[in-house]
Amino acid sequence: MHNFDDLDFYQSLGFRCGLEVHRQIATEKKLFCQCPVKEYSDHFDAEILRHMRPTLSELGEYDPCALMEFKTKKQIIYRLNRETVCTYEMDDAPPFALNREALEKALVIALMLNLNLVDELHVARKQYLDGSIPTGFQRTLILGVNGYIIVGGRRIGIRQLGLEEDACRQVSDIGHKRTFMTDRLSIPLIEIVTEAEARTPNEAGAIANEIRKLCHLSGLVRTGAGRVRQDVNVSIKGGARAEIKGVPSIRQIPKLAHYEAIRQKALLELKEAAQRRGLDEKAFDAEPFLVTEQVMKMQHPVLSKECARGGVGYALRFPKCAGLFVFPVGPNRHFSDEVADRVRVIACLDRMPNMAHTDEVTMRGGVIEEIRRMIGAGDEDLVVVPAGPKDDVQTAIEEVKTRMKEMLAGVPRETRRALPTGETEFERLLPGPQRMYPDTDLPPVVLKEDDFAKARKRKPEDLQTVVERLKALGLSDQQIDNLILKDRLQLFQEALEVVKLRATILAHLVGDYMDFLERKFPENRVTKDLLEKIFGREEASSMTQKEASALIENAVAGHGV
Amino acid sequence: MESKMEDKHKGYRGPALETLKRFSVEVWQEVKVFSQKGEFQGIILPRNETADDKHIVIKLENGYNVGIRADTINSIQVVGRKEARYKIPERDFPVDQNKPKVTLFGTGGTIASRLDYRTGAVIPAFTPSELYGAVPELADICNLRTEKLYAVFSENMGPEQWIGLARAVANEIRGGVEGIVIGHGTDTMHHTAAVLSFMVQNPPVPIIMVGSQRSSDRPSSDAALNLIHATTAALSDIAEVMVCMFGPTSDRYGLLHRGTRVRKMHSSSRSTFRTVGDIPVALVSRDGVTALRNDYKRRRKDREVILDAVFDDRVTILYYYPGMKPDILEAIVEKGYKGVVIAGTGLGHVNKPLYGAIKEAVMREVHLFMTVQTLWGYTQMYVYDTGRDLMELGVVPAGNMLPEVAFMKLGWVLAHTTKRDEVIKMMLTPIAHEITEREPPDGYLVLQGGLPEVEKFMKSHLI
Repeated sequence: MHNFDDLDFYQSLGFRCGLEVHRQIATEKKLFCQCPVKEYSDHFDAEILRHMRPTLSELGEYDPCALMEFKTKKQIIYRLNRETVCTYEMDDAPPFALNREALEKALVIALMLNLNLVDELHVARKQYLDGSIPTGFQRTLILGVNGYIIVGGRRIGIRQLGLEEDACRQVSDIGHKRTFMTDRLSIPLIEIVTEAEARTPNEAGAIANEIRKLCHLSGLVRTGAGRVRQDVNVSIKGGARAEIKGVPSIRQIPKLAHYEAIRQKALLELKEAAQRRGLDEKAFDAEPFLVTEQVMKMQHPVLSKECARGGVGYALRFPKCAGLFVFPVGPNRHFSDEVADRVRVIACLDRMPNMAHTDEVTMRGGVIEEIRRMIGAGDEDLVVVPAGPKDDVQTAIEEVKTRMKEMLAGVPRETRRALPTGETEFERLLPGPQRMYPDTDLPPVVLKEDDFAKARKRKPEDLQTVVERLKALGLSDQQIDNLILKDRLQLFQEALEVVKLRATILAHLVGDYMDFLERKFPENRVTKDLLEKIFGREEASSMTQKEASALIENAVAGHGV
Repeated sequence: MESKMEDKHKGYRGPALETLKRFSVEVWQEVKVFSQKGEFQGIILPRNETADDKHIVIKLENGYNVGIRADTINSIQVVGRKEARYKIPERDFPVDQNKPKVTLFGTGGTIASRLDYRTGAVIPAFTPSELYGAVPELADICNLRTEKLYAVFSENMGPEQWIGLARAVANEIRGGVEGIVIGHGTDTMHHTAAVLSFMVQNPPVPIIMVGSQRSSDRPSSDAALNLIHATTAALSDIAEVMVCMFGPTSDRYGLLHRGTRVRKMHSSSRSTFRTVGDIPVALVSRDGVTALRNDYKRRRKDREVILDAVFDDRVTILYYYPGMKPDILEAIVEKGYKGVVIAGTGLGHVNKPLYGAIKEAVMREVHLFMTVQTLWGYTQMYVYDTGRDLMELGVVPAGNMLPEVAFMKLGWVLAHTTKRDEVIKMMLTPIAHEITEREPPDGYLVLQGGLPEVEKFMKSHLI
């Protein structure tokens, strides 16, 4: 395993990494309607069908990501649960007024991130044509810009904090049909965007952790599975920003960031290899040859069946490209995977492998050689064969050519999805600021001095100060993290006032041992009063951790003190 | 000169305008703003004219807009300039000699659009090239010609526009077009559809009204699909004035509703238009038109059409409520109105205190017609004494004519004659199914949510 702290190595790559942390705010209702926020459920009462079409930004431009999604011609199904969804989420009604509870809570977090606060909030529409939001855009507003947090003694810039509506949960995405559950839709969400200032993968993890602690310290966020997601932005020198979307666990971040840097390095090497071979854009304007009959004979597990079912197969010849498809871009991935991803996502040919090619060892000597001869390709050429339904293969041909061409640019701007190996696969083209346009349904929200004052009053102590104070009590970093991340800091602090136990022992009981007790005796709670009752007397001051643990277990079990 | 100054500070007033002037900056300049709350970098945007005069809006690099309070700004530094180009991408609409000709008249509604900063309004794409850029599927259906007649919200349509539209439609039909599509705001689409049914009679080709219920600047808008459906319907065999809008809220199919039997029933849902008291004429999808009934007028080869575009605007609708006092009706008569459509309760009733005013109105040759505010069902004024009394006083029951349709028809009729018997005869002789002889058993279906069988239907169909 690589050392993710190796500053020299990552600096030599020109590694840069920033994060976008998405976290639900704990509110009773959704952001733009009166629907309640409830536990996720797969129950639904009805379904609706929609399609998405790109619209112009206010600067009169189409977003490249939006155009890509349009090419996929997806049918989008939304599942509706009458308990959690109204006509607003269905995009059959305009928004209601912005949820003040969400706004007030988000403002507190904005203050904790030391942001420059905005006076007049403008609701924007951020286009999402993947269907994850039925309107086709997310309503979002910026509360502050240019803030910072301190991580490991370093100042890390916070670019912005947005308040937005959460998107749908995807149920499935097969062929041209994508299905979503709508219960998560429109739950108030904050998006914290950091500057790309992590110098190593581990620093990226540390920044994510710090933001997590800060959110917990605020006491204003929703916790639990599916309530927080991180996007990890990575680039290296000569590369381009890739955004790894929706990473649920902070532990995955360093590995993902590392492999993305390695992938970009490989793509830059591939670019050099292509240049050495004298390839230019024209080399990738391949003329497609119909080879359906040959593909049928190929006994290919996917392609032959597709053709037998009435699909078509085409061969594309890329001169002087032999070997480029097996160029490694990660421990388990080759350049061919990057191309196949595009075909899978955009042409919706999602049964893999969705192409055959002459760089595949297993293909050698088979029907593909016949195809090679048929279209006049030599040994130094690469032949790629996508097959499937006719319309999809037309799209696939264009996508193969496009991705081959992008080889000359090095690293395309993409959003990527995390794989279990720590590598990533193509998800979408990276959207740009073109996808933003003002929401004409809602007027701007003016914040008054009162609103700021109220937020300042609610703002908790600085995370730094809290940590220093706990350290002074002798608590370890682990104990401090436990208290904060398990939302038990308040219980600890209140109990500390009334018990005679040593602080470190109390930290163990509250931050650690309580997990065991909650599992064993789910009916009974550890409260400040209980702690005071057991440990309020002077003799507690000389108790060992073991004695204290035994006493509290006894008490929680209901056996008395 | 003055207008140029305004342009530089588009939409700004008061303290915000003063601040822009003080730091010699203008809209579209990229600036760094230093305020008491910190530094903000972005492009100064024009201000919405209805917004307050205290904030300056800038577009940040990330595409977000934020407002900064003008009186907290310490300084503004110019770093560049980027002006927005408002342009819908245009692509030449491909002409195919083998495809039929359809004319699209614009009155307001939007199909594809861009934003106008100053008002926050959307500006519609309308030329064939603009539409082709936004909805390229249209070229597979027809050769499209477009003509912008008006650019008004549908609530601002009135007699002048109805008459102008009717004339334009008749002219176009006589000129040989194979189908007409009319883009229209949805709010009063059913009013215009009704009056067109009277003003343009017996057309040889379909006249299709269409709009969008969810604005066309959103990716999920119904606008594009509605337009595809409408052009498809305009080439169908059904030569009537019809409204073409979504059937279900899902992107599945549109319905063709008779112009005199259709009504907007929801303020925002896509599935807002319903045929009332009957079933729609047909269903339309990308694949074509499927008739739901057989009694429609067929497309003809001839170019003959009856144009009868007149309207007397001295008509009104009186929506009855319990406890209504006669002074309302007296005021209407006093102000010179010649026709009143009453939307009565139940089978067509109003209270007794109104009797005197009604009698007086009829005596002064004001024409009173009774419709039902239940929308579904017929007036039947023999069942109760009240109904008989009202008829005795001269109120004429208008069958199952919808109140808005009766209003449009009465305005049209009164422009022909004011003689009581002639007015009554014209009103009660249906021209385009505004009164039907019978209401079929499936003419009234408002399914009730919560019922097990309805919930079952909801779950097993794309609603």
